[in-house]
Amino acid sequence: MARKAHLLEAIALGNLKIAPSQVWGAVRIVPLLRRQISYDLRLLKRSYDEDITIVNLDDERLDRGIKYISYIPHGLVLSWSDDGSPVTAMGGQIISEAKRYNGGLNSVRVMHRMAKREAKNQLRFLPLHLAMEGFLAIHFSGPEIAWEGYSRRAKSQGLSPRIEFSFSGRSIPTLEDALRVFEIHEHQVGVLLFVAESLASAFVVPTPEDYRALHSSLLQDFYSELIYEYGLYGKTTRMETEIDASKVNDLKTLGEALEIMRSHWAEFQGFMASNLLGREIESKRIYTAGSFTLQRFITDLHPKSENHMGEAIVRENGQLEYLKTYRLSEAQTKRAYLLKQLAANQWHLETTAISLGNTLEEFIQRLDRAGFGYLINDRERQKAKQQR
Amino acid sequence: MFINACLACTGQREFYDDAYGQRVSIDFLHDYIMGNYRLLYARTLAAGINHFNQAQIILKLLATGKQTDPKHRAEENALITAALHALPPQRAWRLLEQLRKRGINNRRSRAIAYHYLQSRGDRLPFQVVKYRSKVRAIATHAHFKLDEEVGAFIFREWKRQFQTPLFEQFRQGFYSAKAVYDLPFTVAESLAEKHNIPRDRFLAGIEQQLTAAEKLRLQGSANRADTEIKVDWHRLPLTKLALYVISLQERGEELEAALIQSARITLKKAPLKLKRVAAVLDCSYSSSGSSEKRRRPLGIALAVHYLLQAAAEEYQAFWTIPVSNPLQVTARGQTDLATPLLAALSQKPDLIAIISDGWENDPPCGAAEILRVYRTKLDPQRRVSIIHCNPVFNSDDFTLKTISPLIPTVGLRDAEDLPTVLGFARFAEGTASLAELEEYLAIKAQQLLGQTNG
Repeated sequence: MARKAHLLEAIALGNLKIAPSQVWGAVRIVPLLRRQISYDLRLLKRSYDEDITIVNLDDERLDRGIKYISYIPHGLVLSWSDDGSPVTAMGGQIISEAKRYNGGLNSVRVMHRMAKREAKNQLRFLPLHLAMEGFLAIHFSGPEIAWEGYSRRAKSQGLSPRIEFSFSGRSIPTLEDALRVFEIHEHQVGVLLFVAESLASAFVVPTPEDYRALHSSLLQDFYSELIYEYGLYGKTTRMETEIDASKVNDLKTLGEALEIMRSHWAEFQGFMASNLLGREIESKRIYTAGSFTLQRFITDLHPKSENHMGEAIVRENGQLEYLKTYRLSEAQTKRAYLLKQLAANQWHLETTAISLGNTLEEFIQRLDRAGFGYLINDRERQKAKQQR
Repeated sequence: MFINACLACTGQREFYDDAYGQRVSIDFLHDYIMGNYRLLYARTLAAGINHFNQAQIILKLLATGKQTDPKHRAEENALITAALHALPPQRAWRLLEQLRKRGINNRRSRAIAYHYLQSRGDRLPFQVVKYRSKVRAIATHAHFKLDEEVGAFIFREWKRQFQTPLFEQFRQGFYSAKAVYDLPFTVAESLAEKHNIPRDRFLAGIEQQLTAAEKLRLQGSANRADTEIKVDWHRLPLTKLALYVISLQERGEELEAALIQSARITLKKAPLKLKRVAAVLDCSYSSSGSSEKRRRPLGIALAVHYLLQAAAEEYQAFWTIPVSNPLQVTARGQTDLATPLLAALSQKPDLIAIISDGWENDPPCGAAEILRVYRTKLDPQRRVSIIHCNPVFNSDDFTLKTISPLIPTVGLRDAEDLPTVLGFARFAEGTASLAELEEYLAIKAQQLLGQTNG
C-alpha cells in the first residue's frame, strides 16, 4: 500500500516555471511550464451537453439525500498507474455514465457523487464543482443547538437550499479572444489567469498534451461576479522590464541580460499571485488514487483579503499535479465568514455579535444583507429592537 | 505608412483582428491620403503594392475625378489605365463590376472601362465566357456598344450557332454534358453541376484544361474523389507553393526541390544579390493566420526562407521554435524572438531579416530591448542592417506592428515582393523625407508607364 500524500498546507508551484505573460484586453494569461513530465497521471475532458446536472451526494436515489444542482459542461477523467509507468489516456467516452432525462425544454443528467471511481485506475470528478460543493456545504446543517432565536425552518432544514451564483467564462468580455490568441508554450502545463490584474483562476494539469486539450475549457468554467465586473470595467497595466545597458559589453553578456529579464518576469508574476501562492489553506482529502491525492481546499476566508478555493491533486512527494482554483467574490467570502463565526460561537447569536464587536441588531442586519435573514425568527428581531 | 499598409492589408480577417475592423481601417486611410496627397496617392499605384489596394485606389480615383488637378490629369489617367491593365483579369473585371455597385458613372470611368474591353483582343471571348456576369454588369452600366456576337452571348439572345468557337462551345456545353470538357475549368464546373456529372469523372475529364493554380487548389478535392491531378511544381509562384506545402500533413522531399526551383525562378524575374544573410522567422501559433488567410504568415516565412537561401552567398535561418527541417515547420508555441535574434547577431551577418507579425511575448519586448542595446551600444555604426518584414496589417492604428522603433518595419504580403520591400525599407525607417519619397514614386511611375507603352 502506497504511503498517502499529506494534505496541502499551502499552494506551492514547486518545479513549475512561470513564463512571461500574454495580454489581451483586460485579461492577462501567465503560462506555467513543467520541465520533467512523467506520464503516470493523465487528465481528460469528458463533455456533457445537458442543460442541468443533478449530482446525488450521498444516496443513489433521486428522491432522497442531498443534491447538488448546476449547469456542468464537462467533467474530468483521471487515469493513473501505480508503478510510475506511462498511462495511455483513454477517452473514457465509451463508458455510459449516469441517467439522462430529456423532457420538455430542458435535458437533465443525474450523476452519483462529485468524484467517482469508474475502473481500477480511473476516477471521474467534476472540476470546480467539487470545490464549490465543499464551499456550499460549510455548516450546511445549520444551528447545532436549537437556540430560540432561530426560525423554524433553520432548525428543521438548516441552510437548505444553499444557492450561489457564478458567471460563465463566456460572459467575461475578451476572455474568449484572449484564450483564442494565446500562444501555448511547448512545455506548458498550466496558467495563472488574471482579469484586470487580479488573480481569477489558477489551472495546472499533469502533462502538456492534457493542457492543450483542456485550454479552451477555461472558457466553460465559472467565475465569480467580481471577476465578471473586473472584465467589464478593468484594464491591464503595461508592464516593462529593461535590460541594463551598462552591464552589457558583448553578445554573451547581452544573452545573460536577457535571462535576467526573464527571471524578473517570473518573479513579478509570482508576486502578483501571492494571494494564492504560499497562502495558508484548509484542505480536505477527497480521494486517494495510488500515490496521488485529490483534495479540495479553501483559504482562511478573511473578509479583508482575496480568497480562493479549489481542488488539487498532489503526488506523494508533494509535487503539484493538478490545480484548479476559483476566486471567491467578497459577498461569497462574507457569507462563509459569518457562518464560520457563528459555528465558532456554538451558533449563539448574541455571543457571536459581541465577538464581532456588533450589537445584536447590527449583527442581524449583517446576516440579512448576506442573505441569511431567513434563519432568524421575528421574536429575536423584536428583542434586538428593544435592546437598542 | 500608407504604402506599408497597402503592402500588407487586404481587408480580410487576421489572427488578432476581424475583417470588419480591417476594412474600415484601410478605407479611412485611403480617403485620408487621397484627400491630402492626391498625386502621391495615384503614384502609389506604381509602388508594387498589392492588388486589393490597387483596385481600391483606382475605384476611389475614378469616383472623385472632379478633384483632379488639370495639370496631373493626364498622368493620373495613364496610371489608372496602366494599373488596370496590369491587374489579373479577375481583379480587373471585379473592379469594373464594382463601378456599377458603387454607382460610379462618369465619362472617364466609361472610357477607361470601354478601353479595357477593347484592348482584350484575342482573350476577349475567353474572358467574356469566364466573367460573363461581370461583363454584363459593366456593359449595361456604361451603355457599351458591343459587337454583335458578344452582345448576343452575354444577354442570352442565343441564335442557332455562334461564329466565335468559345461561345459556341459554351452553348453546346450548356445543353449537353459531353461538351463541357472543352471549356475552361471554372466555367465547366458550374455546368457540370447543372448536368449532375459526378466529381471524379468531371475532374478526370477536365484535367488538361486546368491552370497551374487550379491544379494546386484541386489537390485535396481530387484526393477525396480518388483521382490524381499532376502538378507542374516549378511553374507555381513561391508563396502559393509554400502555403500549399504547409497545408499538408505529410511533406515529401520532392516539395523541397520544387520550393528551391521556384525561388530561383522568382529571383530571375526580380534579381536580388545578398552576401551574408540571417533570417529570424516566426513560426509561433499566431502565424497560423485566420480562417480567411490560413497560415499565411507562416507560408510567407517559409517562402522567404527559400528565397533568401537562393539569393544569399551565406545564409542561416533561426526559427522561434527551432526546427530541424524547415519543410516540416508548423505554427505552434510562443513568440520568442529574442533568442533567435541573439543567435542571428552572433553570426555577424550583413543583413538580418525578421519575418514576424510583431506580437512578441516571451518575454514581451525582449527583442526590442536587445535591438535597443545592440544599436546604441554594440553597433552604433549600423554595420549590420536589420529589417523587420510584417505580413499583417494592424487595423487599430493603421500601421504594421513594429518590434522596435530602431529598425524599419515594412509590409510583406508575398515573398516575391521581398526585393521591392528591401528597396523601400529606407522610407519606412523614417530617415528619408517626403520629398525623397515623392521622387522615388515618380521614378517608379515612369517605369510602370514605360513598361506598358514600350
